[in-house]
Amino acid sequence: MKKSVGILFVLFFAWINQASAALVIEITEGVEDAIPIAVVPFKVAGSNKLSTDIAAVIEADLARSAQFNPLARKDMLAKPNKPSDIKFKNWRMLDVPNLVIGEIDKKKDGSYFVKFRLYDVYRQKQIIGYGFPAKANQLRKIAHKISDVIYEELMGVKGAFDTQVVYIKKFPNKEQKPYRLYLADADTYNEQEVMRHDWPLFSPTWSPDNSKLAFAMAGSRGAGIFVFDVATGKAPIRLTKRSIKASAPSWSPDGKKMAMQVLANGSSDIFVMDIKTKKMTRIASHWSIDVEPRWSPDGKSIVFTSERGGSPQLYQYTFSSKKAKRLTFKGRQNLRASFSPDGKMITFVHLSENNGYNIAVMDLGSREMHIVADSSYGESEHESPSFAPNGSMIIYAANYPQKGKKGKKTGLVAVSVDGTVQQHFTDDGVGEVREPAWSSYLN
Amino acid sequence: MKLVAKLGLAILPVLLIVGCGSKDVKEDVAPVGENVVVEDGGATTGEGTGGTLLDDSQAAANAAADADKDLLAERKVYFDFDRSEILGDYKEILNAHARHLIATPSASIMIEGNCDERGTREYNMALGERRAFSVLQFLTLQGVSKSQISTVSFGEERPDVEGHDEAAWKWNRRAVLVYSE
Repeated sequence: MKKSVGILFVLFFAWINQASAALVIEITEGVEDAIPIAVVPFKVAGSNKLSTDIAAVIEADLARSAQFNPLARKDMLAKPNKPSDIKFKNWRMLDVPNLVIGEIDKKKDGSYFVKFRLYDVYRQKQIIGYGFPAKANQLRKIAHKISDVIYEELMGVKGAFDTQVVYIKKFPNKEQKPYRLYLADADTYNEQEVMRHDWPLFSPTWSPDNSKLAFAMAGSRGAGIFVFDVATGKAPIRLTKRSIKASAPSWSPDGKKMAMQVLANGSSDIFVMDIKTKKMTRIASHWSIDVEPRWSPDGKSIVFTSERGGSPQLYQYTFSSKKAKRLTFKGRQNLRASFSPDGKMITFVHLSENNGYNIAVMDLGSREMHIVADSSYGESEHESPSFAPNGSMIIYAANYPQKGKKGKKTGLVAVSVDGTVQQHFTDDGVGEVREPAWSSYLN
Repeated sequence: MKLVAKLGLAILPVLLIVGCGSKDVKEDVAPVGENVVVEDGGATTGEGTGGTLLDDSQAAANAAADADKDLLAERKVYFDFDRSEILGDYKEILNAHARHLIATPSASIMIEGNCDERGTREYNMALGERRAFSVLQFLTLQGVSKSQISTVSFGEERPDVEGHDEAAWKWNRRAVLVYSE
């Protein structure tokens, strides 16, 4: 009897893992003139079979950007792997101007060497070619790296495929420890649970070098900010004192300081902590609510949300002047801003006059604001926007309340900065997915 | 008869508060009904003895204590959207808790501040804290020692009622008084 209980237990957990791993990608709106490209299946030396189809991962990456239109394999007239095998007229006939071929060699120690080449079909020339050594469990990562190289060559902007996202999922309360923190590849594969807890987990964020994650936990015991070391994978460590109600962590660009909000006596102030000495300095102190600090990429200022003007609006605090100036004036509320990687823009949550929570972008030079993801309340509520490391996309969480039902559908959405291209990562519906944060470029 | 009228006045506000302050009316009305029966008996005794003022005041004191008991059973106060002021409807409940805490120095409470789902999570953490603190301030102004009270914010993380409209939101913008005795 005891034995069968043990087996059931294991099966239950296997099921949970599988259920939480499914995020389905769907592109709802793409650019009209997506660039045709052919990614020929890579040849594996000998009779080896690989668990990862590298060409398929590259195809999916490029298609997901909505800026490429990969040729279906069944439409390929030939499947060359070596430069000498290529007959350019096979691709010219199909009006495909870009061709990717590749080979995978297996080494004696069991590792691999992945070679790929990108060709300009009309000029009959190699644009670029690379070889990458890889262990068996790194083949997806190598595929994403190849996608990054192709994207950069053809788009002029570095790709953000070989990156990761962190997010929170909230499972129904009947499940134990319903708040769970996850780490996944940017295409939502390789989802790993970092931790789970009974108390709310929120505000996950990356260290500038991607080596660590910080997040907040709420609750009457043990509230505060925690740091998780991604490389070692050891249990998260408390950063703030138990006596302090701290949340909304944001690392300084040099990784030495942490900005945060601290609740006390019915108010919230912005503090900066020196991570080494744990010394706390208050930078925004006002009787009203000051929350959601985000460091600028140059380290010279912090953007935050304050209610000092009567409603929640965005302000920018500059360290040199020790002053905060108001950035937003349009809309009932503007909240939770974060900077673009070049520091020229911010993205934030904008509550419009008609009660919708939209995602907006502001150019800090001109102070012009535009909506990139519209939300009419009752249909969806958007939250937690942040930029992709190449600055071309913004990732956010969308809530779709279901009419007449208690629960809601949630998903992650990546939208281009001009609002024209959207990728939806739809959740499987078991847990509510929240607060995505994109890593910077990985090394 | 006089006493009945007095009791009526004491009970009426309780009914009013229950009526507008609770989402589960059935459960909260029941104890009020019991009290009415008990207090009617007390009133008859007072009338029969004629002029024993002592009995009268004793019954009134008991009635007040009973009324407090009902108020003490109310552990939640609700707020307007994006606001943290204590609304008039809930002052009587908080006054009863204040009297109880003053009379029972060994008792302590945790005030949990909560918000509806609108707005960002971190902003709502601060708003929840402000609501909890607003209750703390009300209680300490009545004379409760600060050492008996602590506050915590759950922001929008712990809705009481699931749903995505005002019918649900109004029950989620709340402060909850949790006793540890």
